[in-house]
Amino acid sequence: MEFLLAIITGLLYAAGLYMMLRRSMVKLIIGLIIISNGANLLIFLLGRITKGHPPIIPDGSKVFTEIYADPVPQALILTAIVISFGLQSFAIILIKRAYQAVKTDDLDEMNTIEEEIK
Amino acid sequence: MKTLILRTASNYLLPILLLFSIFILLRGHYLPGGGFVGGLIASIAFVLHAFANGLKDTKKLLKFHPGFLMPIGLAVSFLAGLLPVIGFDEPFMTGLWMHDTIPVLGALGTAMFFDIGVYIVVQGVTLTIIFTISESA
Amino acid sequence: MLIAILTGFVFAILLFFGGKNIVSGKLALLPALIPLSLFIYFVRFIKDISNNEIVHKTYEWIPSLGINLSFTLDGLSLLFSLMITGIGTLVFAYTSAYLKGNNYLDRFYGYLAVFMAAMLGLVLSDNLISLFVFWELTSISSFFLIGFNNTSLASRKSAFTALGITGLGGLLLLAGGLVLGSITGTYDISEMLQHKDLIANSDYYLLVGCLIFGAAFTKSAQFPFHFWLPGAMKAPTPVSTYLHSATMVKAGIYLLFRLSPLMGSTNFWNTTLTIVGLITMVYSAFHCLFRTDMKGVLAYSTISALGILVFLIGLGTQESFLAAGVFIIVHALYKATLFMVTGVVDHQAGTRDITQLSGLRKVMLPVAIAGILAAISNAGIPPSIGFVGKDLIYEGTLHLENSAILLTAFAIITNVLISYAGYVAGVKPFVGKLPEKFEKVKFPHFLLWFPPVLLAVAGFVFGVFPFLLQDSLVKPIVQTTGLNTSEIHLKLWHGFTPVLGLSALTIGSGLLLYFLLKPSKKLEQFIAKFDKLSPKSIIENVVLGFTNFSGFWTSTFQSGYLRNYISIIVLFLISLMGFTLLDGTTYKVDYSSFARITVYEVVILTILVLSIGLIVFAKSRLAAVVSTGIMGYSICLLFVFYSAPDLAMTQFAIDTLTVILFVLVLYKLPKYLNLSDYKMRIRDGILSIAFGGLISILALEVLAQPVNSEISDFYAKNSYLLAHGKNVVNVILVDFRGADTMVEISVLAISAIGVFGLLKLRLKSVERFQK
Repeated sequence: MEFLLAIITGLLYAAGLYMMLRRSMVKLIIGLIIISNGANLLIFLLGRITKGHPPIIPDGSKVFTEIYADPVPQALILTAIVISFGLQSFAIILIKRAYQAVKTDDLDEMNTIEEEIK
Repeated sequence: MKTLILRTASNYLLPILLLFSIFILLRGHYLPGGGFVGGLIASIAFVLHAFANGLKDTKKLLKFHPGFLMPIGLAVSFLAGLLPVIGFDEPFMTGLWMHDTIPVLGALGTAMFFDIGVYIVVQGVTLTIIFTISESA
Repeated sequence: MLIAILTGFVFAILLFFGGKNIVSGKLALLPALIPLSLFIYFVRFIKDISNNEIVHKTYEWIPSLGINLSFTLDGLSLLFSLMITGIGTLVFAYTSAYLKGNNYLDRFYGYLAVFMAAMLGLVLSDNLISLFVFWELTSISSFFLIGFNNTSLASRKSAFTALGITGLGGLLLLAGGLVLGSITGTYDISEMLQHKDLIANSDYYLLVGCLIFGAAFTKSAQFPFHFWLPGAMKAPTPVSTYLHSATMVKAGIYLLFRLSPLMGSTNFWNTTLTIVGLITMVYSAFHCLFRTDMKGVLAYSTISALGILVFLIGLGTQESFLAAGVFIIVHALYKATLFMVTGVVDHQAGTRDITQLSGLRKVMLPVAIAGILAAISNAGIPPSIGFVGKDLIYEGTLHLENSAILLTAFAIITNVLISYAGYVAGVKPFVGKLPEKFEKVKFPHFLLWFPPVLLAVAGFVFGVFPFLLQDSLVKPIVQTTGLNTSEIHLKLWHGFTPVLGLSALTIGSGLLLYFLLKPSKKLEQFIAKFDKLSPKSIIENVVLGFTNFSGFWTSTFQSGYLRNYISIIVLFLISLMGFTLLDGTTYKVDYSSFARITVYEVVILTILVLSIGLIVFAKSRLAAVVSTGIMGYSICLLFVFYSAPDLAMTQFAIDTLTVILFVLVLYKLPKYLNLSDYKMRIRDGILSIAFGGLISILALEVLAQPVNSEISDFYAKNSYLLAHGKNVVNVILVDFRGADTMVEISVLAISAIGVFGLLKLRLKSVERFQK
C-alpha cells in the first residue's frame, strides 16, 4: 500500500505544480491547496502507516500494549491542516483584491500593469 | 439559500453542534478530538446558521465581532502556560494537574485550559475569515 | 588610554544633540580643544618612551575568542598618536575658518572626531582584531568625509571608490589576522613576536604575507591600488590634509612597520615591498609633471612619498628604518602645510588651477611664506628637516649590499620629481606677477594662515636642531623593529660626503626642472591619453562588467513572472536530486503487500485519482472547486483507514470550510480560462510529472530506510504517566509541544487579521487607479 500512496503523493505534487504554473489566478490557488494536501500526505506516509491502531492509549492501561500509529507526524499534520486553511483564505482574498484592483485574472498581465502604475 | 427546512433545522442544529463541539474539545485528552477540531466544528455550526438565516441574524446572535475571540483565546492559552511560572515557580508551560479526578472530564489540568484557548482562537479565526468574506462578497 | 580613544567617539555622539550650537558662532574653536588635550596627554609620555619603556593596557572584550582591547604605546604608536592629535588640532582649528557657515559643519566635526578616535585606536591597538575594527572605522569615516559634498556626483563616486578599495583591504587584513591568530594561538602582536619562528616556518606564510600586503597597499595607495587617493581629493581640503596626507594613508605604512619584526627579513617580504614601493614612487612622481590642479599634484606626490616609505621598509636595514621613521615626520610636516596652503588659495582665490595662479604673495604674505618654507623642506634644502630626511634615505640606499647604485638612482629621480611638485604647489602660486582678477582677493582669516605657518616653521626648527627628535621619537621608533639604536645620531651637517653630493644633485635638478617645465593643459591632455591603460580604468571596467553581468543575471532569472520563479526552483531541485538519485535506488517493490489491500482502499484511491484529474482538466471553476472538495474528503477517508482519527476530523472540517469559502467568493472570481497556449502546457506538464515522480521516488527511498521512532516512543510512553492524557496526538499538541501550538494559533490569528485588513481597509492608491 505504501507504494500506491507514494505514487498518489507524487501525483498530488505534479497536479499542484501544474496548476500553479498556469496563468490564471484561481488555478494558482487550487494548485496551492493540492500541493499542501500532497505535503500532508507525504509527511504522513513517511511516518509509516499503520492500520487500525490509532495513537490512543486503551482504557485501563497506562501505556501502549500493542503497536500504535506514530503520533508525531499526526500532530504535525493536524496543525498544518489548520494553518493551510489560514494561508488559503489569505491567498484567496489577496487574489480577489488584486482582481478588483487591476481587473485581470492573467498573472502575466498583472506584471505589465504593475509597471504602468509606476 | 434561505429555505424553510434549513432555517428551522439550523435553529436546532446550532445548539446541538455547539454542544457537540464542546464535547469534542473536552474529550480530546483521552479520545480523538481537541481544541482544533472542536473550534472548527463550532465555527461550522455558526456558518451553517449564517447560511440559513443570513449573516445579520448570526451576528445578532453572537452579540460581538468574532474577531474579539482571537485575543481572548490567545490570552487564555498564554495564561494557562504562565500559571506554573507565577504560582508554582515551574518553567513556562509545565503541565499542572489536580490530584482528584472529576467525573466526565477525568483529571483537570492546565493543558485543558490551554486547549480551551486553542478552541476559542480557532473559532475566532475561522469566523472572522468567513464573515469578512461573505460580507464583502 | 581607552578614555583617550573614546573621547573622539563620545564627542561625535554629543554632536548629535545640539551639535549645531556647539560648532557654530564663537564656539567654533571648541572642538579643537579635544585633539589639543589629547596631544598634551600623549606628549607627557615622550619621556617614558624615550627611556625605552612601553606602556601596555588591556581591557577584556571577548576573552573567550582571545579578542581584547589591548593597547600598546611604544615609539611607533607614540609618533603616530602625536601626529594624529597634533595635526588634528591644527586641522580642527583650520576647519572652523575654512568651512565657516557651512550648514553641516557639525556633521563634519563628527566625522573628523570619529576618524581621529579610530585612527588613535588603530595605532594603539596591540590586538589584531581590534586593530581591524579601528582600521575599518577609519575607512568608513573617510568615506563620509570624501563624500561630504554629497550633492556632487564626482564626490560621491570618489567616496565609493575609496571605500571599495580600502574596505577590501580591511577584509584582507581581517583574513590575514585570523590566519596569524590560528598559527600563533594569540591575536596580540606583542605575544606573536615570541612565536616568530612559528610564523616564518608556517605553510601559510606566503598567504599571510599576501593578505597583509593587500591590506597595507590598498590603504596606503600603492600601485596598482593608488588611484583612489587622487579621487579622494574631492574632499574638502582639511580632510585631504588630515586623512590623505598625514594620517590615514600612513596606516598601511604603520601596519608594515609594526609587522616587519614579525614577518620581515625574508626574501619574499623585502623584495615585494621594495619592488612595489619602487614602482609606486617612480610612477606617481612622474604623474606629478602632468597635473595642473594643485591638489592633483600634491596627491601624486603623496603617493610617491608613500612609495618611498614602503620601499624603505622593504630594504629592512637599520638605516632604512631610521630613514623611514624620520621621513614620516618630515612628510607629515611639509605635506600638511602644502595642503593647507592649497586650501587657503582655493578658499580665497577660488581656483586651484596652477596655470592661472601667480603673484599671490602680494595679497597673502604669511601663506606664501608657509608655502615656500614647505617647498624648501620638501626639496630637501638645508637647513630644513627635509634635508635631514633626504640624507638618511640616500644613506639607506647607498649602504646596501646589492644594487645600491640602481636603487639610489631611482630614489634620486623620485626626489627630483617630488621637489618639482613641491615648487609647483608651494612656490608657483606666490611668485611672479599678480593677475588683475586676483587683485581683490581678501586676506585670509587668522585660523587659515596660522596653522600652515606653524607647521612649516616647525619643519625648520627640527631641521636646525635635529637632536630634538633624536632621543624622543626617532630612536624609540627604530627600537620597535628590534634593531640596534645606539649609533643613531641625527645631524644636519655630515661634512663633505657622497651623500651631500647626491643631495646637491637632487636640489639642483629639481630647481632646473621647475624653471624649464611649466605646468600646462597640454601636458595634462597628453597623459589623459594613457588613461585607458591605467589600473583605475581597468578596475572600473571590471566593476562595470560585473554590474552589467548582475543586471543581466537578475533580468534573466527575476523576470517578475511567478511561474518562471517556480519553474526555475523546481528545475534546479529536480536536477540536483535527480543527479543524486542516479546512483541507484534501494527501494524494492514488495508485491506480496498488494494482497493486503482492501476494496475500500482501492475505491478511495480511484476517487482520489479521478478528482485530481478532474481538477487539472476541468473547464469550469465550479467543477474544479467541487473536485478539490472531493479530493480533500478522500484524503480524509485515507486518514480514517490509517489510524489517524484526529486528522480525519480536522481534515473534514477544514475541507468543508474551504469549499464554503470558495463558494462565497466564487462568483466574484474571474472566469476560468485557459490562458496559456498548447506548447506551454506540454512543457509545464512534463516539468510537473518529473517533479511528481521525483517526490514519489523520494518517498519510496525514505520508506526503504529503517525508521527511527525514539521521539515517538518517548511521547507514547510518557503521555499518560507525565501528562495524564491518553490521546497522544492531543497531548503532544497541548502539552509536550504546547509552546509550538501557542505560536501556531498566533499565526492563525495573524492570517485572520490579514484577511480582515485586506477586505475592510480600502487600499487608497489602488482605488484611485480604478477610477
